[in-house]
Amino acid sequence: MVSASSEPTPYVPATVAQSVKILVVGAFGVGKTTLIGSVSEIPPLRTEETMTVASVGVDSLAGLDAKSTTTVAMDFGRITVSEEVVLYLFGTPGQRRFWDLWEGLADGAVGALVLVDSRRLEDSFEVFDQLELRTGMPFAVAINEFPGAPRYATGQLREALDLLPDTPIVTCDARSRESCAAALSTLVDHAIRFPLPAKASV
Amino acid sequence: MADPDFHDHVADHADHFADHPVRSYVITSGRARPSRNTIRPETLLRVDPEVPVPVSASRRTRELLALCRGVLSLAEAAAYLKLPVSLVVVIASDLVDSGHLSIRSGPPRHALPDRDLLEKVLNGLRKL
Repeated sequence: MVSASSEPTPYVPATVAQSVKILVVGAFGVGKTTLIGSVSEIPPLRTEETMTVASVGVDSLAGLDAKSTTTVAMDFGRITVSEEVVLYLFGTPGQRRFWDLWEGLADGAVGALVLVDSRRLEDSFEVFDQLELRTGMPFAVAINEFPGAPRYATGQLREALDLLPDTPIVTCDARSRESCAAALSTLVDHAIRFPLPAKASV
Repeated sequence: MADPDFHDHVADHADHFADHPVRSYVITSGRARPSRNTIRPETLLRVDPEVPVPVSASRRTRELLALCRGVLSLAEAAAYLKLPVSLVVVIASDLVDSGHLSIRSGPPRHALPDRDLLEKVLNGLRKL
């Protein structure tokens, strides 16, 4: 995934003076890295952090300590959107036990694109809790249309996910550059039209 | 559990990533926190070629300075160095303090990016 050291480093154009970020969040295997890879101008890169996390819910195993050390991988990509501005897309695990990881990521973000698998809607509930309770970030929902997955009307999804009327819901194919760019555009447009007050305390 | 986004086993990655707690602390001279809090994963960095690399610079410091000959975000530098972002923030903060690295992008905003910036992002995305 990381390019071989013999290849030249793909630097950000020297004209760029500002960077912004969007978080791409969602449950395991929902296609975050696929989406990032579809729109990124560089092959997706990976960083890893060691975290001490509470083992809760389905991830707990009998006999293990309540806390354990976990390596969290974060894949990200880059889009130079103008001569002066570069956009980073950070793929972020949505599970409650990784919320601490969001601390440095959510700060100053344009918003979050929540990628959802319509076969496993309930997997995304924790992500919405996090966005609404802890970050106050604008977000939009992108349903990654896996082949054979059930197709729901937007209204049904809004109700099932308990989303506000203003929250955009779009469908996308995480493998398609155009589709992912359109989903990201929906989020940015939403962030422009519905500016939220900054989180009070960080 | 075979999820491409996520790995739950430190051991699987021990050979690839130097993020064992002990080694990380050695690299940062025992510090867990950076000297400044203005560096984020998306912060753009570039080396100041006028400032010579200090003779006492560690291998990681030299590698970071060599990598940042062009403009790169902190996250990209961390990925290429195969080091955790939190660790590279500590190294980069020192290098910004000493004048070796300059922060190319403005200080991160706690508030949302301003409307003008968002419009630029939206226009760029619509051209993709």
